[in-house]
Order: sequence, then C-alpha cells, then structure tokens
Amino acid sequence: MRKWRLFLPEPTTLFDKLWNSHTVAALPGGGTLLAIDRVFLHERTGASALNSLAEAGRAVADPARVFAVTDHIVDTRPGRTDKTLMPGGQDFITETRAAAKAAGITLFDVNDPDQGIVHVISPELGIILPGCTLVAPDSHTCTQGAFGALAWGIGSSEAEHAMATGTLRLNKPKSMRVRFSGALAEGVTPKDMIMTLIARHGAAGGKGHAVEFAGQAVQALDMEGRMTLCNMATEFSAMSGFIAPDTKTLAYLEGRRYAPSGEDWDRATQNWRQLVSDTNAAFDTEIEIDASAISPMISWGTSPEHSVGISGAVPDNASERPLKYMALKPRQKLAGTPIDAAFIGSCTNSRLSDLRRASALLKGKTIASHVKAICVPGSSRVKRQAEAEGIDAIFREAGFEWRESGCSMCFYAGGESFDAGSRVISTTNRNFESRQGPGVKTHIASPETVVASALAGVIADPRALQDG
Amino acid sequence: MAEPFTTLTSLPMPLIRDNVDTDQIIPSREMKSTGKTGLADGLFAGWRYTAIGGRDPDSGFVLNDPHYADSQIILGGANFGCGSSREHAVWALAEYGFRAVIAPSFAPIFAGNCVRNGILPAVIDADAITGIAKVDSPITIDLRAQTIRLDDDQSWSFPIDEEAKAMLLEGLDAIDLSLKMADHIATWQAADRAKRPWIYLGAKQ
Repeated sequence: MRKWRLFLPEPTTLFDKLWNSHTVAALPGGGTLLAIDRVFLHERTGASALNSLAEAGRAVADPARVFAVTDHIVDTRPGRTDKTLMPGGQDFITETRAAAKAAGITLFDVNDPDQGIVHVISPELGIILPGCTLVAPDSHTCTQGAFGALAWGIGSSEAEHAMATGTLRLNKPKSMRVRFSGALAEGVTPKDMIMTLIARHGAAGGKGHAVEFAGQAVQALDMEGRMTLCNMATEFSAMSGFIAPDTKTLAYLEGRRYAPSGEDWDRATQNWRQLVSDTNAAFDTEIEIDASAISPMISWGTSPEHSVGISGAVPDNASERPLKYMALKPRQKLAGTPIDAAFIGSCTNSRLSDLRRASALLKGKTIASHVKAICVPGSSRVKRQAEAEGIDAIFREAGFEWRESGCSMCFYAGGESFDAGSRVISTTNRNFESRQGPGVKTHIASPETVVASALAGVIADPRALQDG
Repeated sequence: MAEPFTTLTSLPMPLIRDNVDTDQIIPSREMKSTGKTGLADGLFAGWRYTAIGGRDPDSGFVLNDPHYADSQIILGGANFGCGSSREHAVWALAEYGFRAVIAPSFAPIFAGNCVRNGILPAVIDADAITGIAKVDSPITIDLRAQTIRLDDDQSWSFPIDEEAKAMLLEGLDAIDLSLKMADHIATWQAADRAKRPWIYLGAKQ
C-alpha cells in the first residue's frame, strides 16, 4: 500500500501547475527564472521601456509575442487625433508609435478597429490564453487571470527584462484560494464580490500571495464577470488573481485572432483541461465567503478597503484623513449622499455585458439634471457592438456622454477631469485622493449602482430599480 | 544599473500613512516626459504643494520640513506603494534622494521596482516604525547584516530575499544576469515550443 502511494502524484494547485510549467531555471538564492509568454505595453510607459532597452543596445527577443496599445492617455472625445488634453500627451503617443515600429512589435494604434483598454482587447484578440504567462506595465494586468493564466503587472525595468530575455526573475509567492460559496443575489455583481473581499480582509490582505478564485459563485460567472473579479486582485495586494479555465473559457476564445486553431486548438485544449487545482491540493491560505450574503457595495474612503454595503454607513472608527478628504462623518449613511457626476468605464467595468446591464436599467429614464455622466466603452469593438444594439442611444437619451474607448477618466493625467472637489460615483477600481481629478471624491461601485445613483442624483441602491 | 547599497545612515522622514499609493508618490499629471528623469519636482506633488499643478510648498507636509531636508529614508505605513505599477514613483524617490523606505508592508510591484533602482524596501513592524519616528534621531541601515539600528540598545532585523539583497549590494543589472543564461533559455524554449506551439506566434518552425 505504501509503495503504491509513492507513485501517486502529489495533489497540486493550479498556481503550482502554472509556475512549474514556466520554470526555466532555479536561481541561486531561491528565486526562479520564469518564462514569459506575452508582454503588453501601453503608451504611458511603452516608449520609455522600449527606448531604454534600445539605448542599452538590447533587442526585443521575440517581437511576435510583444504587443502595444494606446489606451491610457489617448483622447476619448469624438473625432480624436494624436492630440490629448494632457500636457505633452501627444509625445507619449508618437514616441510609443515610433518605438514600437523600430522594435517590430504589433501596435493597436489610436484609430485601429482593435484599439481599446489593454485588458479588454487582449482577451478579445485571444492574446491571453489559458496556461500562459502575460505581463504588462499596468497593475490591472491581473484581470486576464480570468482565463486560467498567470497575468500580472510589472514596472518598466521588468518589462525591459521580459522583452530582452523572454523571462523574469521572481520569488514564488504563496498560494491562496478565495472560495465564494453559494449564489449571488439579484442585483449583486462580481464588482461587489471583490469589494467585499477587500473590505473584509484589507487592501494588503493578499500580500505575498497568488490568489485562485473558486467556488460556485465564481463558476457561475461569465468570462466578463470573471475579468471584473480578477481585475482588483491588485487592490488586494496579491501578485495576481486567476480562475481555472472551463468550457466558458474555451467558448470565449475559440476563433479569436491569436488563439490557436485546427490541430493546435485541439492540442491546446487538451493541455488546458489539466489546469485545475487537484482535489486535496493544499493552499497556504484559504478564505471562504458566502456569496449569497453579499450586497451591492460602495466605497466611502480613499482605499478600496474603505467599502461597505450600500445600505451601510461610514464606520464609527473610520480614520480622520479619508473622512476629511471625502467630507463624510462617522456613522453617516452612504445611500442618499448627493453626487455630482457618474462614470461608467475602465478595465474593471467597461465590457459589453456591463454596458448591456447598465442600459437595461437606464432605458427610457433620464438621469438627475445636476449629474454629469460619462460612459466610455472598454474597446473600439465593444463600442461598435454596443452601437449595433442601440445601447449608445439609451445612454445618450438618458443624459450620458458616449465616448471613444480608452482608460479615460479612470485617472487624472493632467488634462480632462471631473470638477475640482466634485463627488463622483464610478465603476473604476481606485478611489485614491485626486485619482479622477483635483480633490475629486470617488465612490467606486458596480455599473448597476452607478446607474441607480445617476438617476437618483444621490448614492442609491440598484435593487430598488430592479424591483420596479 | 543602480548605485550599490551597503550601509546608510540618515535621519528618517516619517510619512506614516497606510496605503500611500503611487498616484500620491508621483501623480500621473507630473509624468510629463517619456523619460525616467525630471520627476523629483513632482514627488508627492498633491501633498507637497498648496494647489494642484502649483509649486507653492505646503508647510504642513513633512517633505517641506527643513528638519528632514537631508533625509534619505522614509518611514511609511502599511501597504506602501499600492496602486499603479508606474516605476516613475521609484524614479522620483531616487531622483529626490531617497535610498530606503521602511514600512510594515509594501505593494509587490512597488517593492520590485525599488530593488531594480537601488532603493531598499525594508519591512519591520508598525510599532517599531512608530517608535523610531518618536525618537527622531538618525538610524543606520546595514543591508549585509539586514539590520536597522537606532542606537546601541535598539535594533531590528528585516527580511529580504537573497537575489534582491545581492542586486542592491552590488548594483547588479538583472537583465545582464539573465542574458548570461541565454543559451539555457533558448534550449528551454525549443522544448516548450514542441509542447505548446500555440504560444510562439512568430514564423512556424
């Protein structure tokens, strides 16, 4: 009996499988030289990484596996050009274009039909695949872990390293499983799941870990919902977040431009079927959350961990600095707080399913007259599809601006912003001080909650809309 | 390639706030050129100046306190460097003259960026950091011994992984190190290409 056991493979986590299959060498000192399958750059930092590499006399080792896009500071107003409202912004675009050309990498440029936010277009084009490693100088690269891949954000120096060597030098993080058991209630979304996790376990709760999201409520999500869930793993201080691939993952990817086809597809899908954590695999840390008890969430402070259920109040013991910045008081109810603006967009919540759900709630209604509202589709493809379905008309008729795709007002780059000090409800991922403009007070929430609040002119529970 | 880091003695500047994010360290609007320099002036711009985009110092912010004018060490709060992956945050700290940040925890991308630019991210517990700030005297960081010494009686050790330590001590360039293994990488990729051809998007072999 004992002898037989020796031949049974150890139960392994999905994270171990991803890590082991990319281990090129063990490094002296305990680190790993890990193979990097894809690198994605954007115009905010792409030129500096590519130029720095070239200045050091180094080449991009495999340009076919490096991509770039203009998303971060590109203008999102209609009729855009290389010009942006950000001072000097045009240089970032033109220099990235020149550097991408010199390096021989693929660029999805300002008016390319495939342009969009990096974490929206990479899945759309099948650049991210299950079992692959993908890095980008953008902390929300973890979004793409939704495909059963190891995808994470890096700095410029590491981007240069990945491009020059096809590898990164890393220390293996610990493994964590966050299991969402049960089913989400009506009107509750993946955004509320990840905000609940961060509110309960802290913005540093995932430090030192790679996080697998699992459980019934995660399996029930479509691919776009899974991307929203993984998107904010970085707000949990995790290296990355990911979900085991399944039939939904394969159905999403089949036929996409950079996904394998024919015999390669068959071989690939055989390989991908093994990408699950084995039963009894041991994780360093496990967290369990009852999904059925999650309600729509709203942030009150200046870190995503400063979040409560929509019917809740600012905590009694809230610290002074975020309260002062947000002009709120302990025990103040969040619902009913007047807002000045509403934003739907960003790599968290700008996909077609987000816009469909938002427009279903908006249809035939008009937002409060004092609210400035903007919708920015996540990609040019999302925008075209939404327009084909008449979603743009619903947004416009309700009083929203309808924009070209990009990161837009997820962050303030020195150009366009919401009015100084204004209170904004937003589907973005960060509520940091001045993140969306000087003194702007950002409350992050799901698209449903943003719509309900834009209609009411105050922070509002989306479930009331759905009941009606 | 960064300046080697061995020991550092300096009066540490307390900035003990949790979740100091990279937007605060260098606001996006202060990243005005595509290069890695010209960022020091924008360091902590949102807190350092009285108005967004302005340059009038806010005397209430610790960076403007002449007492800490020569400080090369920051005492920080939990989850220091969270938010955007922008390496400009670290370039700005380095250009301004900081060589170490001591905090109870760091965001992972920020900590990696620090090491690659010769800045030590040292983790010790929050109570020790508050204690050091109260004493308000110079401290000595000895990277080889992995210690932070306040005086003869008080010292703390901090963890750091071997490679980060070696890179900081010797000012090593990680790309050079890895390129020495180029043959090994090529061999690994050839084997991997046979297993996972769909990963290699270039010309089929």
